[in-house]
Amino acid sequence: MTDMTLPTSQTNTPLYRSRQRRNAMTMTLAYAATAFGLTWLVLILAVLLYEGFNGLSLAVFTEMTPPPGAAGGLLNPIMGSLVMTIIAVAIGTPLGMLAGTYMAEYGRYDKLSSVVRFINDILLSAPSIVIGLFVYEIMVAQMGHFSGWAGAVALAVIVVPVVVRTTEDMLTLVPDTLREAAASIGLPRSLMIVKVAYRAARAGMITGVLLAVARISGETAPLLFTALNNQFWSTDLNAPVSSLPVVIFQFALSPYKDWQKLAWTGALIITLTVLTLSIIARALASQRKSS
Amino acid sequence: MADVALQGRAISVAEKVDRAKVLQRLRLGDAGFRILTRSSAILVLIILGGIIVSLVHGAWPALHTFGFNFLVNESWNPVTENFGAIAPIYGTVVTSLIAMLIAVPVGLFIALFLTELCPMWLRRPIGIAIELLAGIPSIIYGIWGLFVFAPFLQEYVQPFMITTLGSVPGIGGLFAGPPYGIGVLTAGLILAIMVLPFITSISRDVFEAVPPVLKEAAYGLGCTTWEVARYVVLPFTRVGVIGGVMLGLGRALGETMAVTFVIGNAHRISGSILAPGTTISATIANEFTEAVGDLYTSSLIALGLILFVITFIVLACARLMLMRLNARLGK
Repeated sequence: MTDMTLPTSQTNTPLYRSRQRRNAMTMTLAYAATAFGLTWLVLILAVLLYEGFNGLSLAVFTEMTPPPGAAGGLLNPIMGSLVMTIIAVAIGTPLGMLAGTYMAEYGRYDKLSSVVRFINDILLSAPSIVIGLFVYEIMVAQMGHFSGWAGAVALAVIVVPVVVRTTEDMLTLVPDTLREAAASIGLPRSLMIVKVAYRAARAGMITGVLLAVARISGETAPLLFTALNNQFWSTDLNAPVSSLPVVIFQFALSPYKDWQKLAWTGALIITLTVLTLSIIARALASQRKSS
Repeated sequence: MADVALQGRAISVAEKVDRAKVLQRLRLGDAGFRILTRSSAILVLIILGGIIVSLVHGAWPALHTFGFNFLVNESWNPVTENFGAIAPIYGTVVTSLIAMLIAVPVGLFIALFLTELCPMWLRRPIGIAIELLAGIPSIIYGIWGLFVFAPFLQEYVQPFMITTLGSVPGIGGLFAGPPYGIGVLTAGLILAIMVLPFITSISRDVFEAVPPVLKEAAYGLGCTTWEVARYVVLPFTRVGVIGGVMLGLGRALGETMAVTFVIGNAHRISGSILAPGTTISATIANEFTEAVGDLYTSSLIALGLILFVITFIVLACARLMLMRLNARLGK
């Protein structure tokens, strides 16, 4: 910090000036680093918006994925992604919420909770391709074929740690006086948790689920060899199911211009979904804080 | 406790029987709920155990056939069924290293900017932007890298690197060969852009945790902003920063889609970082569905096991360090 009040005899020394110079240099570096980081991120978004909107039309949402060299849409991958996401959330959310409830309400300080907390944090950032291999081993290899169910289970395994983490965090924030008040009117513990603690933490827990959906809606690696892909409309979850990220992967690496264009449009749809979900989650979380 | 809730009015004999029933039911429900939540928590452990067991089971044929040689063998030949993991391991390590070399200093400087220099009104927007960007799926980075970044590097940056850095003795070999566009360097750079938001947001969080009195005391002594950051903030948050960096490293090591698009999928170790290579995750993503034969599939699963073990160790260290910092802050 520059101190204007020092007499010039003290600010003119070589040491003082070299310190000032070093400070100015590193601070410039900090500004430059921020500009550098933001530039890349702006560049990526700009290209994505440009290329994505370029290919966006009603046909994208109403037509099936085309054969090479023809026009078409992304209806079947969009539906596939939606269905698998819904199933994954339906499996993963209750599991994650119950586990988080145990850690925050029953065993906040016991050994089991601290082990689960540690393992959960690792699962939270474990490579998603490994989760794909895991589900391949336990489902695809056993059943003998790729299936939408396997894809949904792989996504559910990714949902669980996110929900566990937010549920535990949010329940820990609920003031103990609320719990004591509930206990003092004779509520058994399970009812206290469901009727009081869950209600107090509701916004935060919904945030967790939204973040989990945002996380899995762009996941590609775990679907590559569980749900595989499907060129056609299919509602059979016992068969391979198409999904947006896998279609983007396949189309982007193809030599066909139409496919590449659809890949960009799909990428835009995913990004907008993820950003919308995270913004809603954020708004919910801050609403809770201010109330 | 339910006693209290049920008191307050006169209790007749018939109701007394009911009360016993109600209490019994509540007690059962309570125990049931506790067991339910507890088994869900245990299930999280079972998932992790299941991942390890299933990977070891799937990798067993390959590990059994090749033994320790699997880790050091460079060949990857589906025809002769001779597989070794060293080339993908090498690619994973080198791409992550390039990513961390760039993302760590840049991320730390951005965090410094956000906590010390940035005007208050700009802090929240930039902070939110960084957190939103951390949520963008990796496939977006991949497709951008393939269509925009790789051609740009091939056209402008790599020829320049080859002519200037390529002739510098000592490091010249790193920049040898034709400019492919895709390759190890490109993958490393994409990874750097990807992990930058992670490292930034964690370092910002730990920087913000420094007690203001410490910084104020240093400023009061006449320290410059840099001196405060270097001699007060960094030493205080060192463990947390290292934890954050390792968390970013864990991401970079396991990242699949962003890398698969731009690495080139070449199973060899090349001295030049401009050459195509492969990583563990890219190999699995590219080849798993096309793998024929048990040994081929098993070798790919063995790669997955190696990746999981490496990231597990890195992430576990990261968590332990972040926990140590939190313990010191009394959280």
